[in-house]
Amino acid sequence: MSLGKEFIKGIWKENAVFKLLLGMCPVLAVTTSAENGLGMGLASTFVLVCSNIVVALLRKLIPSKVRIPAFIIIIATFVTVVQLSMEAWVYDLYQALGIFIPLIVVNCLILGRAEAFASKRPVLDAAVDGTGMGLGFTLALFILGAVREIFGSGEILGFALFGPGYQPVLLMILPPGAFISLGLLLAAMNKFEARKS
Amino acid sequence: MVIYALLPACAVSIYFFGVPALSVLLICTLGCVAAEAICCKVMGRKMTLADGSAALTGILLALNLPPSAPWWMSLFGAFIAILIGKQVYGGLGYNPFNPALVARVVLLISFPVQMTTWTAPAPIGSGLDAVTTATPLGEMKTAVMLTGKLPELATSGFSNYLTGNMGGCLGEVSALALLIGGLYLLYKKIITWHTPVSFAGTVIIIGGIFWLIDPTKYPSPLFHLLTGGLILGVFFMATDMVSSPVTDKGMLIFGFGCGLITVLIRLFGGYPEGVSFAILLMNAATPLIDRYTRPKIFGQIEQEAKS
Repeated sequence: MSLGKEFIKGIWKENAVFKLLLGMCPVLAVTTSAENGLGMGLASTFVLVCSNIVVALLRKLIPSKVRIPAFIIIIATFVTVVQLSMEAWVYDLYQALGIFIPLIVVNCLILGRAEAFASKRPVLDAAVDGTGMGLGFTLALFILGAVREIFGSGEILGFALFGPGYQPVLLMILPPGAFISLGLLLAAMNKFEARKS
Repeated sequence: MVIYALLPACAVSIYFFGVPALSVLLICTLGCVAAEAICCKVMGRKMTLADGSAALTGILLALNLPPSAPWWMSLFGAFIAILIGKQVYGGLGYNPFNPALVARVVLLISFPVQMTTWTAPAPIGSGLDAVTTATPLGEMKTAVMLTGKLPELATSGFSNYLTGNMGGCLGEVSALALLIGGLYLLYKKIITWHTPVSFAGTVIIIGGIFWLIDPTKYPSPLFHLLTGGLILGVFFMATDMVSSPVTDKGMLIFGFGCGLITVLIRLFGGYPEGVSFAILLMNAATPLIDRYTRPKIFGQIEQEAKS
């Protein structure tokens, strides 16, 4: 597979959220607004790219019996980097995402890519794969966050969309709204795919 | 059939709340019918309007809304009920939850202000203007939270609760009219006694236990029975054929669970009323209840008897 294809597949064909349904915990929990979704997506992307590169670099050194703990340590290192950086530079976002930043460690998308891809491929492939997968993840979180923000607060990225007469549907920014909107988005995407083929 | 049984309650609500009640009823019913028609068309399913289930969902939803509900909220609720509550699962017969209750809870969570603004009843011809008021349950919760004591209304005024002369949702107000409808359903054998009796019985017994422990803090079982959506829920929501258990034993368990959760939410929960949450939660448990109360096949030999 060419590098371009490795990159593109993460965004649509093997999109972590919409196709593989991986990493549901942050997907459902933090997408109360487009901004939160974007922040979470980018933070995860950074961790994913870095961990993919390091795992690919060390793939011949890590004994296969202890590979999972080794991957987790690598991932946790980069999550710590992200967490401290966010606390320093984007404190509001750090506050909004809360516990879900350290929880990136257990995001099964990241561990999944390390195990299924980076530990078997050269560094460049792994980096491209991580970038594509991460951007696909970010895109999905952004779309879900935007949908929920539009209906749940009547805003997009903090700008009011409708007049003052609009009554926001609070449900959409509460946990059930995440499940309902993700379900409807998936249904719409499957319908679209089915029509195309 | 069930629609006829709800007519007395509709009539009483229109009598007490006038035109707003009528418009909520109309918007919900027409909204549900329209949503059903659109869904069937878009999803390429057979038109199911003639079975009247959409209209029934609309009426039940309307009876679960306050009379002051704005038109867009009723309409939104109607579409939620049919779309999210029913059609996404595959239409009538496949929905795990009662569609009208799904819509009610979605609205309650989404628009807490509009859903809990109650108008005091102003019977037609009394010349009173609509004023906002609290429901007996809401007032009780606030008073207990502030003072730790029951307000006076929880110990008197039962005749008002019986006829429906109090604040509340369209279908919460008149216990008597709902009772007539419920008895009609029982008489016509559309529902059996199991769920209503075990639901209401559990509320009376558990509510009664708390009342006996401390009658200044917990309301009497009669208050539990006559206020809020209990009678509506007992006869018309918890007995929904699709989303409740099919066996007699299962219905008894179902009713007990509903009653228990209702009392717990009313006395200790954050919301003043728990009937709708209780029924939805038990709806979720229905497949499990059905599984454990599956009747023995005739002629089957007990496992122990063999060994």
